[in-house]
Amino acid sequence: MNGPTMSIEVAGLSAIVTSLSSDAHTWNLVYLQLVLEELGVRVANLGACVPDEVIVGECAERRPDLVVVSSLNGHGCRDGVRLIGALRAEPALVATPVVIGGKLDVAASDNSARLLSAGFDAVFDDTAGLLPFRSFVRTLAGRAGLPIGTR
Amino acid sequence: MSLLAPPVAAPFGALVAACQARGELVVQPRMGFADPAAMRAGLLATGAARAATIGTVTLDSYTRVGDHGAVRQALAAGADLNGYPLVDHDHDVTAAMLAGLGFPVQVRHGSADPRRIVLALLDHGLHATEGGPVSYCLPYSRTPLATAVEHWRQACALLAAHPDAHLETFGGCMMGQLCPPSLLVALSVLEGMFFWEHGIRCISFSYAQQTHPGQDEEALAALRTLIGRYVPHARAHMVVYTYMGVYPRTPGGALGLLAESARLAVRAGAGRLIVKTTAEAHRLPTVAENVAALEYAAAAARSAHRRSSTADTGVLAEATDLIDNVLSLDDDLGTALVKAFATGQLDVPFCLHPDNAGRARGYLDAEGRLRWQRVGAMPIAAGPPGPDRITAAGLLDALRFVERRFDSTSLEWSGP
Ligand code: B12
Repeated sequence: MNGPTMSIEVAGLSAIVTSLSSDAHTWNLVYLQLVLEELGVRVANLGACVPDEVIVGECAERRPDLVVVSSLNGHGCRDGVRLIGALRAEPALVATPVVIGGKLDVAASDNSARLLSAGFDAVFDDTAGLLPFRSFVRTLAGRAGLPIGTR
Repeated sequence: MSLLAPPVAAPFGALVAACQARGELVVQPRMGFADPAAMRAGLLATGAARAATIGTVTLDSYTRVGDHGAVRQALAAGADLNGYPLVDHDHDVTAAMLAGLGFPVQVRHGSADPRRIVLALLDHGLHATEGGPVSYCLPYSRTPLATAVEHWRQACALLAAHPDAHLETFGGCMMGQLCPPSLLVALSVLEGMFFWEHGIRCISFSYAQQTHPGQDEEALAALRTLIGRYVPHARAHMVVYTYMGVYPRTPGGALGLLAESARLAVRAGAGRLIVKTTAEAHRLPTVAENVAALEYAAAAARSAHRRSSTADTGVLAEATDLIDNVLSLDDDLGTALVKAFATGQLDVPFCLHPDNAGRARGYLDAEGRLRWQRVGAMPIAAGPPGPDRITAAGLLDALRFVERRFDSTSLEWSGP
């Protein structure tokens, strides 16, 4: 959001941060971008109301190490299940780590089983804080043998 | 009287004016349910609340982005939506939902292309809605601003065919938080001017409560002055939105912030308030939570009084400069707005939309007022130099400023 981030190790992880097709909330995206950048991750932020085709296209082109989906408007579970189907249908993206979090339905219920079985690698509960997410990113970097937290 | 007689509801603008004349603040919920029976129950409960009320039908997010396929799939699957799908429910279903309410209902949406929504609401005999070419594009879509301006031109013309047509600007809210008031006031006025130019004669001008009561009062005084200057012939009122950013989580904190917004509305001479509930930080509110918020706000309003003067820290002068600069860019206001954003002469802090320059940035001063730190290419003065990059923790801290203030006092009040 502040233009190119100069102090990032280019060898570090790259991530796409995105909303879902019907969701206009973006403060969550701005915040998650900063969290990731502070971990040394390079971020492309796709912004609000991103159609599935655009997310799939950006992922196929950029081949990120991680896709972070955030949704607040209450349609996140429905739209997320649809999106992950489209991503996994793309041969290049079958194994790309994709995670989701936020307020994912209008009933404040637990959707993680449904989202995980649909193909997400992790679901982050709205109330659990950012610690589990930060450890997930660190583990991912470790697995890939990539540097992180280099800033 | 025939049972089939159409509902006799006063026009939206006339009802607010009548209440204002007798010193009563109109209060209104943000309410929308996908299920027609729940939606009707919510409207009836709004009408029966112990307060001067107007009803709200808030539309779901699929309708907002024009994804009618997703609406129909969700309805067919019995899935819940975050609002009422006005365009896709059968005509008879919505007619029955609205039948005989006897008070005005406003359709609230958030769509960069409101044409089908406007046609649908007119089709049901409704005449009041909200939005604007800028405020329903930049925070709500990735539609190019020039396209949204064209859609809104056409939507205004459609709505203006109704003799009682009422349109409310959303420009006084934009991203909901962390935008210095002068820009919110300027955008609210510019959108009202746009409505007027496209035939709307009854207009409400919004302003969302921000971080400092004194600054908010000053902003509303500036808004009143500028409505008189730039849209002098409109039948107009000001509408205050209870805080639209990260909301207090405790019931006491939530109610404290709601009461402060009601007092602000009365002190500044607004005609209407759109409330928030104790559920805001957590989930969509129930009907009962909405009614409780309406009654709590109305009671708080009754204890407040109109104030005749406010301090001047420069909000009026800044908003005037922003408006006059836009008007100088083109004879056509829609074109001028597009040019202003393309060149960063209007620039909304933290807005990720591709047509927003994203160089401007505000900050909270020691007293809790929102000030400019960087203004990008806007023709107003920048503040003191600050850090170039914001941190995640710093952003969250600023976003939670209001939540903290009200939740901490509420915890003190409730005691051990
Ligand atoms: C600001 C706001 C808006 C602004 C958004 C402006 C913008 N462009 O961003 C405006 C006014 C435009 C808006 C509009 C709407 N909003 Co709104 N909004 C809010 C509000 C007040 C604050 C959200 C915010 O800024 N949070 C700040 C960020 C930093 O925090 P966060 O998002 O909570 O995220 C935290 C965690 O959840 C976590 N997290 C989030 N995502 C992820 C993802 C991952 C992977 C991880 C690890 C963590 C994580 O990290 C953050 C830090 O802890 C909330 C209520 C509240 N919280 O007070 C409602 C709220 C989110 N909105 C809501 C709704 C429904 C809407 C609307 C649909 C209108 C309506 N029907 O009421 C429209 C959206 C239209 C659309 N097409 O989507 C509901 C959602 C209800 C639900 N899910 O059940 C809420 C909860 C309000 C309510 N109680 O009704 N909104």
